Amino acid sequence: MTAGVITLIVFLCILGVAALHDNIVPPSHLQTIDPAQVSQTPPFDKPGLRKTGPKQYEAYLVAHIFAFTPESITVPAGSTVTFYATSPDVVHGFFIAGTAINMMVVPGWVSDDSHTFTKSGTYLLLCNEYCGSGHHFMYGKIVVQ
Amino acid sequence: MIMEHQVGRENRLVIAHMYFATIALMVGASFGLLQALSRAQWAAAPAWFDYYRMLTAHGVLNAIVFTTFFICGLATLLTYRAIPRERSLWIGWLAFWVMAISSIMAALSILRGNATVLYTFYAPLKASPWFYIGTTLLVVGTWIVMIDLIQNALWFWRNHPGERLPLVVHGSLTTFVMWFIATIGVAIEMLVFLIPWSLGLVPKVNVMFTRVLFWYFGHPLVYFWIMGAYLIWYNLVPRFYGGKVFSDALTRLAFILLLLLSTPVGLHHQFMEPGISPGWKWLHTMTTFGVVIPSILTAFAIFASFELAAQRAGVKGFAATIAWLPWKNPAFTGPALGMILFIFGGLGGVINASYAMDTIVHNTMWIVGHFHVTVGGPVALSFLGAAYWIIPRLTGRRLWAPNLALAQTYTWFVGMAIMSTAMHWAGILGSPRRTDNVTYLGAAAASSWMPQMHWAAIGGTILFMSILMFVAVAIGTLFTPKTQMDPILPAPVEDEALATPAVLDRIGTWAVVAIVLAVLAYAGPIHELLTMHTYGAAGMRTW
Repeated sequence: MTAGVITLIVFLCILGVAALHDNIVPPSHLQTIDPAQVSQTPPFDKPGLRKTGPKQYEAYLVAHIFAFTPESITVPAGSTVTFYATSPDVVHGFFIAGTAINMMVVPGWVSDDSHTFTKSGTYLLLCNEYCGSGHHFMYGKIVVQ
Repeated sequence: MIMEHQVGRENRLVIAHMYFATIALMVGASFGLLQALSRAQWAAAPAWFDYYRMLTAHGVLNAIVFTTFFICGLATLLTYRAIPRERSLWIGWLAFWVMAISSIMAALSILRGNATVLYTFYAPLKASPWFYIGTTLLVVGTWIVMIDLIQNALWFWRNHPGERLPLVVHGSLTTFVMWFIATIGVAIEMLVFLIPWSLGLVPKVNVMFTRVLFWYFGHPLVYFWIMGAYLIWYNLVPRFYGGKVFSDALTRLAFILLLLLSTPVGLHHQFMEPGISPGWKWLHTMTTFGVVIPSILTAFAIFASFELAAQRAGVKGFAATIAWLPWKNPAFTGPALGMILFIFGGLGGVINASYAMDTIVHNTMWIVGHFHVTVGGPVALSFLGAAYWIIPRLTGRRLWAPNLALAQTYTWFVGMAIMSTAMHWAGILGSPRRTDNVTYLGAAAASSWMPQMHWAAIGGTILFMSILMFVAVAIGTLFTPKTQMDPILPAPVEDEALATPAVLDRIGTWAVVAIVLAVLAYAGPIHELLTMHTYGAAGMRTW
């Protein structure tokens, strides 16, 4: 019992230190957007990749039924990409297989998370929240060169 | 002395609940089998097969209808037997018919293709109002069951002053009070948001607000299932090896802790969502670890009960005790094999609740593996195992084909072990949940998931055969010869157990504490959502 409680406390402390010190927190962006106006609201009126520094990028993607726009983005290996995504219709998922990018995209909100792509290759971006009859056709790719 | 015809009338009500649960299990599981075969690409999907419609039906019928009917029947049965008296059953039958008609209403709406929104019905996917009204009335039916339980407890306190509320009544009532507090969230979601919106009275819906309300209900829902299994584990399972309840006080404490801690944890389903600050997610991570405590207490109590009973039989040592247990009685092997699966369910749950690790598994097949090894493991196996003991005592007929029943519990265990292991594995590799035909035009990542999907289909097929065995035994037991069965009585408490503190019986007071905890856990995130400048979303039918 005592050992169990101590284990639990140590475990929660590790999570706490990781969260506060190393900023390992789940995507929790608090920015809102009118879902009916996504295509007119900057920066989502021109979705795509922006270079913000050496090997630093921001990627703005719109998740909609049943595709991502843009469908593909290309960055050099070693790049850190911060993804921003929103939806004009229903709830979608934004998951890049083989990475820790895993966000819910909720109409009315903007989701964000970043990842450093160290290995080159083609990464599968897919919707992992049911969004309708074409849900399994909703995917894209991140090409790391 | 209670009249025999009274017991017979009560038995018919419980039989109605348990057989309705069986039909829901059977129909829902047949859709589950089709999904497993379809994802493994073993069978070319026929033209009429709509993956997402069947997925919705599978989730609603198995996770909601099957479990709810069984738990309502079990709590009613245990409470009636513990408080024998002449009583009117109109309120019990009212609850049953409200639940039955509303379940059929929701099921037809799904099967007609008007509610392909999955059992989480995330807005702004917009289903037919019949689906929302049906599921809401199902919840209302369970509230009527709770009123019946409360009425019986009040009668007991009035007529037995100074006596302790029977242990099974305490557990049943605590389970339903927890359920009532939790379902207030989904009731508000339905009545204030989704029903007016699906009827066209309100144009838009605040999506994040409905999601918070859903998960306020969605996690305690799983504890409702677990508490049903714990009622069996504490009170019935010891009967099957001639044992006793280890401690009356510990049992009541575990149920009160579940009442308090089940609700303030729901945000751990929403780690990956915008609109909620990380601080609130962190708070719910900590409370989620709190709700592990009553499960650890339960594990301890079960092993203590095994050990004491074995010692009385002259058996000593861990391995000898385990070997001594009745591994050929399906009423025992159901719950016992379920307990083994729950070890893995618990370990996976700790990973899901851990904030950073959830990033890897969120919305992948891992989660599907997790809830199959929990609600499809300890919960369903305990219900089916207990049914082998309960149903013959309700019908007054001996169990048909007990060896088939025994084989059912073992095949379920094997099928679930294979299927859930494969699902967990596929999830780690990134395979998404709730997705038909995940090939993504031959993407490399997608091809790495296929071997696991084959294993999942093998496990799913074994599970389906196991359900057929259960249905055969349940039907067969309606036709075996009438015989004198021993009465349905819970196991007695160990003689040396210490007296129970009276405060554990003050369920009303604990309910107030539970509501305070829920308010403390949710006031912050809800205030945050209400003070943010938010935009509504119009409804959409994307299927």
